[in-house]
Amino acid sequence: MFQYLTKRIGRSLLTLIVIVTLVFILLRLMPIEGYFENYDKLTEEQIQVGLREMGLTDPMPVQILHFYQQLLHGDLGTSRRYRANVAVVDILKKKIPISVRLGCLSILLSLAVGLPLGTWMAGHKGKWPDKIGTIFIVFIQAVPAVVYFLFIQLYGTTILNVPLLFDEDNVRCWILPVISMSLGNTAYYGMWLRRYMVDESTKDYVKLATAKGVPRNKIMIHHIFRNSFVPLVQYLPTSFLNTVIGSIYIESLYSIPGMGGLLVDVIKKNDNNMVQAIVLLYATVGVIGLLLGDILMTIVDPRISFGKKGGVR
Amino acid sequence: MLRYKSKTVSKLENKVQEQLENMSDEELLSFAEFDEENSEKTAYSNYSYWRSTFQAFRKNKVAVVLVWLVLGIIFFTIIQPFLPGQYDPNYINNDSTGVQYRNIAPCSQFWFGTNSIGQDLWARIWAGTRNSMMIGICVAIIEALIGIVVGVLWGYVRKLDWFFTEIYNILDNIPNTIILILISYIMKPGVGTLIFAMCLTRWIQMARFIRNQVLIIRDREYNLASRCVGTPTKKVVTRNLLPYLVSVIMLRMALTVPEAIGNEVFITYIGLGLPTNIPSLGRLIDDGRQLMMSASLRYQLIFPTVVVSIVTISFYIIGNAFSDAADPKNHIA
Repeated sequence: MFQYLTKRIGRSLLTLIVIVTLVFILLRLMPIEGYFENYDKLTEEQIQVGLREMGLTDPMPVQILHFYQQLLHGDLGTSRRYRANVAVVDILKKKIPISVRLGCLSILLSLAVGLPLGTWMAGHKGKWPDKIGTIFIVFIQAVPAVVYFLFIQLYGTTILNVPLLFDEDNVRCWILPVISMSLGNTAYYGMWLRRYMVDESTKDYVKLATAKGVPRNKIMIHHIFRNSFVPLVQYLPTSFLNTVIGSIYIESLYSIPGMGGLLVDVIKKNDNNMVQAIVLLYATVGVIGLLLGDILMTIVDPRISFGKKGGVR
Repeated sequence: MLRYKSKTVSKLENKVQEQLENMSDEELLSFAEFDEENSEKTAYSNYSYWRSTFQAFRKNKVAVVLVWLVLGIIFFTIIQPFLPGQYDPNYINNDSTGVQYRNIAPCSQFWFGTNSIGQDLWARIWAGTRNSMMIGICVAIIEALIGIVVGVLWGYVRKLDWFFTEIYNILDNIPNTIILILISYIMKPGVGTLIFAMCLTRWIQMARFIRNQVLIIRDREYNLASRCVGTPTKKVVTRNLLPYLVSVIMLRMALTVPEAIGNEVFITYIGLGLPTNIPSLGRLIDDGRQLMMSASLRYQLIFPTVVVSIVTISFYIIGNAFSDAADPKNHIA
């Protein structure tokens, strides 16, 4: 267990270093307009002086080392075009809490809806609840998310009588973004829980319980559900990533002042430093999410051990 | 040597013995005639994998209808520009006084109406469907080609195993969307960029998938036998391994298409998509989104979203139905 953990964390660190270095090098390929607030008005000399001041004329290894030094001090660079000469960290500080709250709410909602959905479908396998659930899952999985996000925004705001754009203090404004963000994960949990419960319900202990005369509802919840829930934990990291992606859409769709909406904004404004910082942040969130999911799985089910995982022939 | 004999086997042996004893010498020493009926009672079966797969697939009526629908859509997107009376998707239509036909609701002249600068939506939707599907199918093919080559090497050549496994462990940790956004941000917007960015995130997953399958089946008896009689590795791979994998590869390719279309819509939405003179479903949806607040113009959002939904759901259901059909467990002998 301990060996596995150190290996796993080491790998995550390695991944992060690869990502940081790659993102840094790739973004140096971008046109230099992205480093100046008013590029068109500057003369050639001013541009050169500006580049030198920012250290962009240094050889690449020096730049990377410098960047890592900055990172270790918690400095993600300075925004140039989005907000001229404001530290990226200061901009992000206000944005992150909103994104985190939104993400947590949506994951909770998708668990609260997805698990009963899966149980319900498995309990009525082949009958109409199963069919309705399947239609929902196929729709959510196949159709591009933007499409149904748009329609939820379009008709949801009319039905709930809320403004199109987000208002942090108005609780009703939180409803639609959270629902939209949770849909993908709800379908995911519903689909897998149904599959595991259907598999599980043919096992011998279920037959024994039925023979003993345990009521069917009790078998579904106390026996089958508990055993089927364990493998679901391994989808937590994926749902985490889904939320990250969903947040990019949703936040910019509703103009929520969070990180996802910010990413779309700075891409449209070509602010290289901001893009770099946010991409790194999202990548880090993704890597940590996957790591936590794996660790959680070893905690939830002590039968799972990762000691032998890598030893395929 | 002591051998375990089951009851049925010894029963059969006794039966045969009895029959032989009852036969006359003449009967015993003459040649038996070939009897087709009897031969079918024993082991022979005309089971064919592909025929059974096809038969199982045909039983899924929804999927069969969707296959024809998708084929019809693909065929129509190809012939549509050659039909009479079609507009160019990028041509801005003016009336006789030179004013643009802006936001004309669907009518007999413009079947799906026109957009905010007077382009024919019917033509744009079919051109967009053509481009989006082409991107999806290209991604699926490239992903499959790279994935198969790398996956077979990865699974078959032991020395390469750790190398690719480490690459996988790193790449798999990076959220795909981030790679997609980053590549589209850095490279010039265009069809090539989109295909490249999507393939970059997908090939390793396909390779990993093939590699696992190869590991499972490469040491089965028939492959051991092939190796024992000295079949060259190349032949073992192309004749023994790959035919076994065709169905799973097809499934993944079928599921890649809706995902690629979805990715294109996403990338266009965040402003990194194709240039406006290349219509795509993502571009049309994004154009429609900007007008969706006025109810009379909502048709510009609804038409492309309906087409996207039909195409993606069809591919998704066909892929899953095909993978069910390709599973020999679902073949009734």
